[in-house]
Amino acid sequence: MFYDFEPQSRFLLGTAGYPSPAILQQAIAAAGTDIITVSLRREGAAGAAFRELLTSLNIRVLPNTAGCHTVKEAVTTAHMARELFNTAWIKLEVIGHADTLQPDPFALVEAARILSAEGFQVFPYTTEDLIVGEKLLAAGCELLMPWGAPIGSGQGLRNIDGLRAMRAWFSDIPLIIDAGIGAPSQAAQAMEMGFDGILLNTAVAKAGDPIGMANAFRLAIEAGQAARAAGLMEKRDMAAASTPIFGLANLS
Amino acid sequence: MNIQLNGRLINTQATSLSELLIEQQIDVACVATAYNGAFVPKSQYDTQRLDEGCQLEVLSPMQGG
Repeated sequence: MFYDFEPQSRFLLGTAGYPSPAILQQAIAAAGTDIITVSLRREGAAGAAFRELLTSLNIRVLPNTAGCHTVKEAVTTAHMARELFNTAWIKLEVIGHADTLQPDPFALVEAARILSAEGFQVFPYTTEDLIVGEKLLAAGCELLMPWGAPIGSGQGLRNIDGLRAMRAWFSDIPLIIDAGIGAPSQAAQAMEMGFDGILLNTAVAKAGDPIGMANAFRLAIEAGQAARAAGLMEKRDMAAASTPIFGLANLS
Repeated sequence: MNIQLNGRLINTQATSLSELLIEQQIDVACVATAYNGAFVPKSQYDTQRLDEGCQLEVLSPMQGG
């Protein structure tokens, strides 16, 4: 459950950077996603077409605070988003540095506290740090969105051991991998590790064929989720014969 | 008076936020606003006064990740 919402799909898709609104629309359909992320910006050339697309889609929107560097900017953006999109959901990003796009955990926790107290349902973009995660939950968040790798880098799960520890530590909290996923195999890996969802944008939007890539990620995320549910085998150091020894012919 | 609208210096005859949005032909249903960095709910557009040199942000839904 992502707050009060039970998603059918564990694939959350960003809407930025597609070749055209038509391709975005088809990519959303191919992804089978229930949730798309959106932003607030000064009106641009493609604004009207995007608004038309949003109203035509019967889908949950998760507004972000992308580009905000301070608590004040993020909180004001959240207020504007709540009114404009008529939702209590906010993907809370408080960026520590414009080059790394790494979250500022101190400002993030403070903004999460303010917004949760005001009734927002906060989706915080955070790192795999366990204590920051604890502070975010104490601030009122009911799920966490750790990064796989820096935004737009496509590196996949850069700290697998840290993310595995986070999954184990927050066993009852929905955890969505947000950012850094570049390939469907990386998304499948995260789902096999027990993460509850994958949020990505660039890997689909900038693919040669965004619709085909949206479909590939959908399949990978479903495969990883099914594998997790089915129970993965443990790794072994040594070989173990799968064919029984019993009944083996003596042919020597 | 002169004000900043989305980072652009403009001259306006409007004295309230609602007058400004009409003057600039901005569809109120499609935007959210902030005055000097603070959110202004739609219910306060009529009463939000504009001051010389104030900074107004009028934002729309856009693509985002």
